[in-house]
Amino acid sequence: MKTANILLAGFGGQGILFAGKFLAYSGLYEEKEISWLPSYGPEMRGGTSNCSVIISDSPVGSPIVNNPDVLLVMNMPSLDKFENAVVPGGKIFVDSTLIERKVQRDDVEVFYVPATKMAADAGVPTLANMILVGKIIKETAIVSFDNMDGVLKKVVSARKPELLELNKKALDAGYNF
Amino acid sequence: MADKVLMKGNEAIAEAALIAGCRHYFGYPITPQTEIAAYMAKRMPKIGGTFLQAESEIAAINMVYGVSSTGKRVMTSSASPGMSLKTEGLSYLAGADLPALVVNVQRGGPGLGGIQPSQSDYFHATKCGGHGDYHMIVLAPASVQEMADLTIKGFEMADQYRMTSMILADGTMGQMMEPVEIKNVETKTFEKPWATTGTEMKRPKNVVNSLYLEPSELEKMNIARFEKYKSIEENEVMYEEFMMDDAEIVLVAYGLSSRVSRNAIIAAREKGIKAGMIRPITLWPFPKAIINKRAEQAKAMISVELSMGQMMQDVQLAANGKCPVYLCNRVGGMIFAPEEVLAKIEEANAGGVK
Repeated sequence: MKTANILLAGFGGQGILFAGKFLAYSGLYEEKEISWLPSYGPEMRGGTSNCSVIISDSPVGSPIVNNPDVLLVMNMPSLDKFENAVVPGGKIFVDSTLIERKVQRDDVEVFYVPATKMAADAGVPTLANMILVGKIIKETAIVSFDNMDGVLKKVVSARKPELLELNKKALDAGYNF
Repeated sequence: MADKVLMKGNEAIAEAALIAGCRHYFGYPITPQTEIAAYMAKRMPKIGGTFLQAESEIAAINMVYGVSSTGKRVMTSSASPGMSLKTEGLSYLAGADLPALVVNVQRGGPGLGGIQPSQSDYFHATKCGGHGDYHMIVLAPASVQEMADLTIKGFEMADQYRMTSMILADGTMGQMMEPVEIKNVETKTFEKPWATTGTEMKRPKNVVNSLYLEPSELEKMNIARFEKYKSIEENEVMYEEFMMDDAEIVLVAYGLSSRVSRNAIIAAREKGIKAGMIRPITLWPFPKAIINKRAEQAKAMISVELSMGQMMQDVQLAANGKCPVYLCNRVGGMIFAPEEVLAKIEEANAGGVK
């Protein structure tokens, strides 16, 4: 029974919920069991946003991720809040453009990706989230990177085909970082 | 991935309602169920239906009363504080024997409470908060797929029995996305010879009303209604069992609590504790018979709920003293981690809960 408990967190507007939705659809594409749960509470109204995504080979019980195997953080408050919740041996993905400090734990694997800067340099400033998703897929192999084109077609609005290419570019940049 | 799409629980309810032939939605926005209204606002005008944001929850439920009187499928939705406001209308719907689908995506209470998930409207739904003797069919989905399936089923049962079906969900079930297959099923429809559709001078007029000033007549109405309720209790109970064959510690949980319990039971089994679960799908009628039967094999039962022991009372009544019944709960929008439920299972297995 293989299960990935993923928690993604950052500011509203960074595409945290979309990144989670993309990962969920990637799991669905491979016919895995999945769940996606956004925060909708008072913390969201204060500007931060997070979501729980579970991708599993067996039916998902609780959709709430308290102790993630994989944590993505795109702002400092999120790292402060969730760093200690990660299971030992888990993986933390940090947007190092926005988070200056290092992860303090030594029992987790940490990947620092200057995603916000990479996205700005590549002319896709709103797609730092997808750069980080590319890196997550590379380092965790939760889902196969081969299916990305098909998954993007499911997630990106049919009215905005130009976004397919840009999202793919961002995923590639993260995957190859 | 065939025909499965990711949908929020709230959206799945709305889409399923359209498939069930509901073309009239009345509501008033409140977190965490507003996506239902938003979905209806988008879709209803395109399919010739009516979406109306009422001036209040009270107005919305009375609009439901009006449309239902004409025999059309109709619904409203809200979250806990809004459901309190609708409660007068629920009693009137019952008194007039009108079918309706009412959705409560629960949040913490009492009062304005909070906006996080809760199951503390269990009494309101299953014991009925309004005045007078009445019941509602109460359906408790535990997945986004069930949010859709039970909505369709709820409309059918409401029409069949001429009463309110309530979907009792919580903020998590409403907000989460899961793969869902909305099957374009033929829904069962029922003749409504009582509906006020105009006589065309061909039949005596129909009257929809809940006022009976002659007490003997009112008594007769109440007794007849409870005969109907009895047949529902005999025929419509729904539940699901999980790992129950040899279970000694029996959890009873619905909705989100059953999802967390599932993780805890798997963890308990890994520790050699024979845990299992009865998951009520109908909270009214409550699955009394199976709980009573399983109480014979149980060392203990645990009511796992996001309320202060509301459902535990029904579990105790059903178990009828055959085994101890304990409570595992969080409230106010807090949700137990599987480890907390597991700890309670271990305590119960060791002989008693502190």
